[in-house]
Amino acid sequence: MELWFSDYQTDKVKLSVKVEKQLFGEQTEFQRIDVFDSKEFGRFLSSDGSIVFSEKDEFIYDEMIVHVPMAVHPHVRKVLVIGGGDGGVARELSYYAEIEQIDVVEPDRIFVDVCREFFPDNACGLEDERVRIYYEDGLRFLRTKHGEYDLIINDAIDPLGHTAGLFTKEFYGNCYRALNDEGIMVYQHGSPFYDEDEESCRVMHRKASHSFPISRVYQAHIPTCSSGYWLFGFASKKYHPLTDLDAARWKARGIKTWYYTTNLHKGAFMLPKYVEDMLEEEEDRKVKE
Amino acid sequence: MRAPVYEALEKLKKRRVVPFDVPGHKRGRGNPELVELLGEKCVSLDVNSMKPLDNLCHPVSVIKEAEELAAEAFRADHAFFMVGGTTSSVQSMVLSVCRAGDKIILPRNVHKSVINALVLCGAVPVYVNPEVDKRLGISLGMEISEVERAILDNPGAVAVLVNNPTYYGICSDLRSIVKLAHEHEMLVLVDEAHGTHLYFGENLPVCAMDAGADMASVSMHKSGGSLTQSSLLLTGKNVNWEYVSQIINLTQTTSASYLLMSSLDISRRNLALRGKESFAKVARMAEYAREEINAIGGYYAYGKDLVNGGSVYDFDVTKLSVYTRDIGLAGIEVYDLLRDEYDIQIELGDIANILAYISIGDRIQDIERLVGALSDVKRLYSKDPAKMLNTEYINPTVLVSPQTAFYAEKNCMPIRETAGKICGEFVMCYPPGIPILAPGEMITPEIIEYIIYAKEKGCSMQGTEDPKVEYLNVLVDERQVWK
Repeated sequence: MELWFSDYQTDKVKLSVKVEKQLFGEQTEFQRIDVFDSKEFGRFLSSDGSIVFSEKDEFIYDEMIVHVPMAVHPHVRKVLVIGGGDGGVARELSYYAEIEQIDVVEPDRIFVDVCREFFPDNACGLEDERVRIYYEDGLRFLRTKHGEYDLIINDAIDPLGHTAGLFTKEFYGNCYRALNDEGIMVYQHGSPFYDEDEESCRVMHRKASHSFPISRVYQAHIPTCSSGYWLFGFASKKYHPLTDLDAARWKARGIKTWYYTTNLHKGAFMLPKYVEDMLEEEEDRKVKE
Repeated sequence: MRAPVYEALEKLKKRRVVPFDVPGHKRGRGNPELVELLGEKCVSLDVNSMKPLDNLCHPVSVIKEAEELAAEAFRADHAFFMVGGTTSSVQSMVLSVCRAGDKIILPRNVHKSVINALVLCGAVPVYVNPEVDKRLGISLGMEISEVERAILDNPGAVAVLVNNPTYYGICSDLRSIVKLAHEHEMLVLVDEAHGTHLYFGENLPVCAMDAGADMASVSMHKSGGSLTQSSLLLTGKNVNWEYVSQIINLTQTTSASYLLMSSLDISRRNLALRGKESFAKVARMAEYAREEINAIGGYYAYGKDLVNGGSVYDFDVTKLSVYTRDIGLAGIEVYDLLRDEYDIQIELGDIANILAYISIGDRIQDIERLVGALSDVKRLYSKDPAKMLNTEYINPTVLVSPQTAFYAEKNCMPIRETAGKICGEFVMCYPPGIPILAPGEMITPEIIEYIIYAKEKGCSMQGTEDPKVEYLNVLVDERQVWK
């Protein structure tokens, strides 16, 4: 038997993964969710035909979106994770003893159930007693929050799909308000490589850099993401991702990682010239406006 | 349930007829860029009238059947498919009942298409003194006592025209107006440009045909889901529809688009099959948005709370209108911010309100975006409300009939110098397209101030010969006063 799953990264480029077996498939109120077993990536989950994460490479993403801000902010107590129903982000957060509360906001209950069933190594993060899951829209949840959080992680992936509302100016604005004066927001910044992704990447940086005094971008290599190259946004009211990095303190925690190191932390903010140029163009636009 | 025009098109497609008739793009082959943009399926349906497809100018087969099905769905005696927008429906209503010199009773917040029809036919408007909500700055419905006074003062008037509902969702007591008008042998014409859903939803204001009105213009392309520019004209049993058909054919195209007509046909079937559930969902979404917007504070999303039994006899809860002045921003400013900063396009912004159109195509996550954006607009952009112009509705003084004024000799004058003159053209914000000044009306200092303020705030002004609305055309001979 030969069965291939294809993720269209553009309408002319696809990543195909040989599938051993389909484990789940259902259209929910929000998205089409499928789970497959593969030899190369292990189990992987797709939403509306795009791979969200795989067993083989989810650690890169989850480590990079959690440990980067955690190694910068000196005292995170309250964290909000928007999206993140798979539990991977919550799992990484659970390694930090000083965190008191982790709120996970995920509109799609079926997504959480599917991850609990098929990805227990991720979903175990949701079982931590500090985690509270809210099954509602991220924007709605944020509207009533003022100055409450030290860290907000936007774990939503698709700026064009059902989570489009989490890549908008109102979202960044509402996050700004929900953070306290020292708060940090990290978010998925997409891939800058293909033409059709570039514009949404630009728009995201423009919106975030309008909303926050400090707005930097960092990168990681994630094979199942578009072009295998992924960016994250670091938007902050007070702490700078490099000058406020406390490497010694983070190392002393002894958290076991497979991708993140404090050396890589610094390197991740050193971007290729074309990405730097693109981001600077958006910042210049900010000055002109 | 059948959809005759749609079925006929499907059938024609299977026959693979070789076209030696118009349109000249020949199923798109002659215009590849257009096919690229619109898609092969779409351009292949852009065909001409022919025997198997009937002809809108004189329907005898599939269009006739489709119109009969529409009449049934809308509980009308007859239904016309219209392809020139609801503007063409409204004008056909007016032209069907008014001749030169006839009087027609109407509220002042009519769409410009009504007054345009008066320019064409030479009928004379009798405006019912409208009640205005002073805080919101919007005109409300017609009080039954005011309608009665207009009828008694103008016993020869031929018809009463009613908005059902207004752009903002406000309804007059249509049943009582119909009863009163019929007692005085006047017809009732209803502009239902914003009321398609009233025929299908539950717990909504009464629709024209159920209220016994004689004609109604229904914008299927607004809440009904058909393509832009498609519309329906409905007639009741008191109206000779064959004559209405002749009136329609005075100005209607002889090359009606099958894209538009099939969209009317399919949308009618959709509404008949699923309208009830769809509009229940729309009403729920609008109610939810109202609650969430009012919880932000500073905004006032109004609904049934406006109902007072008179000038607001009923309210269409599918409309989401929000008063924005208390956060120090004009509606048009919020409208511009939502588009430029938040990528959200809403239906209209006036001096004090915005209107977001909620329809069968909306999803709850989009509502969350709108509410989230309004909350962020308030956080980032709110100003001192004391500096806002208090917008009272300005009641016009009609000195000359619209037709006389439109065709009269005119002078072009700087707008600030026109107080006391008779206006020779329209001035309106679009949307909503309700005239601030219509041909034949007196220009006053308050109206000039209002126009300049609306321009400053960024309203898109239309109707004047001068695109910048710095000059107005006024009548030369002011003795030409009709009364």
